[in-house]
Amino acid sequence: MDTFQYAGRSLIASLADVGAAFLLLASAVRAVPAAIKEKQLVLEQMLRIGIGSMPLVLVTSIFTGGVSAVQAAYQFQDYVPMRYLGTVIGKSVVIELGPVLTALVIGGRVGASIAAELGTMKVTEQIDALETLAINPVRYLVAPRLLAGVVMLPVVTIFADFVAILGSWLVALVGLNVSTHTFFTGLRLFFHASDVLNGLIKAFFFGGIIALMGCYHGMRTEGGAEGVGIATTRAVVSSCLLILITDYILASLLFRAVFMG
Amino acid sequence: MIELVDIHKRFGANEVLSGVNLAVKKGETVVVIGRSGCGKSVLLKHIIGLVKPDSGRIMVDGADVTGLTGEALYTVRKRFGMLFQGAALFDSLSVWENVGLGLLEHTAMSEAEVRVRASEKLALVGLTGVEDARPAELSGGMKKRVGLARAIAMDPEVVLYDEPTTGLDPIMADVINELIRTLQATLKITSIAVTHDMRSAYKIGDRLAMLYGGKIVFHGTPEEIMRTRDEAIKQFIEGRAEGPISVH
Repeated sequence: MDTFQYAGRSLIASLADVGAAFLLLASAVRAVPAAIKEKQLVLEQMLRIGIGSMPLVLVTSIFTGGVSAVQAAYQFQDYVPMRYLGTVIGKSVVIELGPVLTALVIGGRVGASIAAELGTMKVTEQIDALETLAINPVRYLVAPRLLAGVVMLPVVTIFADFVAILGSWLVALVGLNVSTHTFFTGLRLFFHASDVLNGLIKAFFFGGIIALMGCYHGMRTEGGAEGVGIATTRAVVSSCLLILITDYILASLLFRAVFMG
Repeated sequence: MIELVDIHKRFGANEVLSGVNLAVKKGETVVVIGRSGCGKSVLLKHIIGLVKPDSGRIMVDGADVTGLTGEALYTVRKRFGMLFQGAALFDSLSVWENVGLGLLEHTAMSEAEVRVRASEKLALVGLTGVEDARPAELSGGMKKRVGLARAIAMDPEVVLYDEPTTGLDPIMADVINELIRTLQATLKITSIAVTHDMRSAYKIGDRLAMLYGGKIVFHGTPEEIMRTRDEAIKQFIEGRAEGPISVH
């Protein structure tokens, strides 16, 4: 009985969590027009989420690209001609690896920092202080981060796509003896602009998830330093899970038509 | 001007406020005293709508503000200023931006004008030349004073003080007390403070109210409380471990 009660309570608590997060999303979206007027706040977050993440994304993408080339070549050997190397890598990078790995990396970096910042503001009463100044924290803190997330994730993803392809080309050229011409001919083969676009649509949603989870867990932090730690962990774990789940849902919606056609 | 009517508030199984009644007249200073954790701060936060009561009403100038949300609530809040226990300065902003944030957000004043106004308010609390410092660079007493400058930046009618002297050395505590008195005298601000510092309570309060067991158990002038025969109140104001108030 206790187990059932526990399971039931956890389920109700999780559903309440989902509901509260959606409510925050709704009020943040409503606050976006007012938030846009304060460009400074949005630009600050765009710099932090986007430009600040570039070095990290550069490193992860170049190695992701490199390892894709190595693994693809390993699976191709004796069966598939190397001229398809670029094709496979290009597709997997723009459809999947670019958006998802970028989101996971930024989710860890930015999601954690948003949750820690807002969590500290919450426990030191800075969010209450905003309220007493008649400043809506959702408009002042959440909306700029949400906006910056949905704008900058696609931008960083484009960067990640380029770097990953660059990395795989370098590995193909130096490590696998595939010529530049062969690699890029393969890349252009079956290359659809819609694939890139769909990857960026995914990045848009991932950006929203990262910012929302960081803000949501940050704003409901309770109880000092320990609470901030818990909020940070929750923000990262929940955004990573939601990114992977949303990736599946979006992939089913965006790419199914292409396969059937 | 401000009236709390039968405020009840519970957090989980713990009933913090069980029927608080308190009236504050325009221009006067009421100090709510009571032990740490007895719900003083919660009471203060009810007045400005940071905490909503389970039952009861909060009246400002005869209008019920209890259930207000959104813009209506913000309109009421613009008439208030609040000094937080830990000052609650925005650590991503400089001192003058902290003080001027309300003005930057709610008025058409330019940054330069707001900066001038922020400097004036900082001068009122005895601070000069710290406009561009970050809150992290300031001492505890300076943070409190910046918090006070921020609380009065929008020329509020009412200022709420949450433990204004807690964590300060006795001299700095007295400086803050003096400041609060001066602001009341010069700006004619209605003030509500909560504190467990009796010296501060006597110094700034026109009237004192003691919160104990979720209710206001005493309400009167500093002279009246000093003459009280109530053992619990005497125990508190004299700061004794023995008495009817059990220590756990």
